[in-house]
Amino acid sequence: MLLEVENVSLSFGGIQALKDVSFSVDEAELFSIIGPNGAGKTSMLNCISGRYTPDSGDIRFKGRSLSGLKPNHRPDLGIGRTFQNLALFDHMTVLDNILVGRHHLMKNNFLTGMAYWFGGAQHEELEHRRVVEDIIDFLEIQHIRNAVAGTLSYGLRKRVELARAVALRPHLVLLDEPMAGMNMEEKEDMARYVVDLNEEWGMTVVMIEHDMGVVMDISHRVMVLDFGAKVVDGLPDEVMANEHVKRAYLGADLGEAA
Amino acid sequence: MATTSLRPCGDFRTTYKADQFLLQTRWIAIWTMLAIALLGAAPALVDGYIVSLMILIGIYGIAALGLNILVGMTGQISLGHAAFFGFGAFSSAWLNSTTGIPVFFTIPLAGLMTTAVGMIFGLPAARIKGLYLAIATLASQFILQDFFARANWFSGGSSGSLAETVTIFGFPLDSDERYYYLVLFWTLISLFAVANLKRSRDGRALVAVRDHYLSAEIMGINLTKYRILAFGISSFFAGLGGALFGHYLGYVSAEGFTILLSIQFLAMIIIGGLGSVMGTILGTAFIVLLPQFMEAFTGGMLDIFPNALAGLASGQAYIKEMSVGAAIILFLIFEPEGLAHRVKLIRQSWKLYPFSY
Repeated sequence: MLLEVENVSLSFGGIQALKDVSFSVDEAELFSIIGPNGAGKTSMLNCISGRYTPDSGDIRFKGRSLSGLKPNHRPDLGIGRTFQNLALFDHMTVLDNILVGRHHLMKNNFLTGMAYWFGGAQHEELEHRRVVEDIIDFLEIQHIRNAVAGTLSYGLRKRVELARAVALRPHLVLLDEPMAGMNMEEKEDMARYVVDLNEEWGMTVVMIEHDMGVVMDISHRVMVLDFGAKVVDGLPDEVMANEHVKRAYLGADLGEAA
Repeated sequence: MATTSLRPCGDFRTTYKADQFLLQTRWIAIWTMLAIALLGAAPALVDGYIVSLMILIGIYGIAALGLNILVGMTGQISLGHAAFFGFGAFSSAWLNSTTGIPVFFTIPLAGLMTTAVGMIFGLPAARIKGLYLAIATLASQFILQDFFARANWFSGGSSGSLAETVTIFGFPLDSDERYYYLVLFWTLISLFAVANLKRSRDGRALVAVRDHYLSAEIMGINLTKYRILAFGISSFFAGLGGALFGHYLGYVSAEGFTILLSIQFLAMIIIGGLGSVMGTILGTAFIVLLPQFMEAFTGGMLDIFPNALAGLASGQAYIKEMSVGAAIILFLIFEPEGLAHRVKLIRQSWKLYPFSY
């Protein structure tokens, strides 16, 4: 198991955001988390990426406990993520945004950076530029390479954010609603990128998404959260058939459910 | 989509190295070389007064460049920059007089000493932001000012301290024309260093901390380290500029490094353009030259209308001060992105002329 979440609970004051949630994600799996608004999906991702510290329970990645590990050390282990609300560096170009993703893989410091031509910084920059260009090719954002991120449209920004997360070269990438607010065509593109990430680049994906069509089509396994508690996890078809899930989230005719 | 590239049509790059040149196009490179050559020849071309103004622009420019790393790039604020500038001036004089290290070397060493002090005063930045940080840095201004006034062993107390002139291989840089080259040397090094910083790993990390610190942290950037590092780098340039200032005047006294100068440094980078390297120099030149210009202007008006403007004669000094304030306000309203942005717009429209796109 690549990622193991064991009995994680998290509360903010009187609100219990997560109650005893356990699940595990296997190497090279495409795992989706679904659930109604406020179910604790993003809180779960925040616990894995280090924004929040769980009140109890443990999260293990590659067999190593993540508790007490600062968020900025997690990319070194191989955890990358995107955000639900855009979190790009708005005043940087797309290229620089993606290069920030390479930060933890680069060695130059501010002194060698200032002496760009002499300390090997130039060599390193160019090496990473090459990798970043591969990602740009993969996500088809060549035409906006030099644009300032804040000026881009919503769909493109989402794609740049994915590019930045891919640049971290993670083993596990956490995607928080990658397709929210997109039209059909953009969604199809995004779904293809996510599948390619998983199959071609061999990344394990944990995704939060509301579009059931996409989730059921591309996920290997699905977990449902409701009011901070896990309802069920399993194959997409099994989850779809679950009565509780229908009631809580998918919306079934009450008469039929009862 | 609006393009921000200054690259002319048909200028294609075939290697990543060529795409990352500091001087983006051939003409920018040519103009830069010409400008450096002209600056090098300046003492022979212009009179001594202008050279002294250029020295001031260089010295303040180095310090403002440091502040721009802190404020423009990292998005923090410092109201104590003048104190660090002063600390550099005193440190260099003190190092030279107590250890006998030649002034040429004490100038960068003073920068390093100021770095250490700046990082100590930058420690609150690890925890607080915005207005609260502004107040914390205000404290550093007053603590250091008090230190200058009381630490007789270091600063000479209220009587100030003497700063020897720079001597290179027995050749004293005792005139403005000679000192100018030392300032030019450090100014160019600082400009290139900061421009390089901006396009390398740690420079990007600083900007990332400014733009979105939450996602910067997820990208593996240690927020505390970079926030304090920004104070360190910024103080280095403040100290370097301060040391050059001290040895230029030959005498350092605490009165020159008040909060007024701190605010002037902020004005320089706001007028020049936050986060812009060339903008910093433009803004510094603007702030240094504006009072001179206003003086010449009001002087000229007085010559032409001696009777109608008789009341102005006594207020000339105030007009200089007020013009700086007015310039800041006007810039904040009409060009909040600074002179660097204005220059860019002019170049873009020039490049496209006579077509609109």
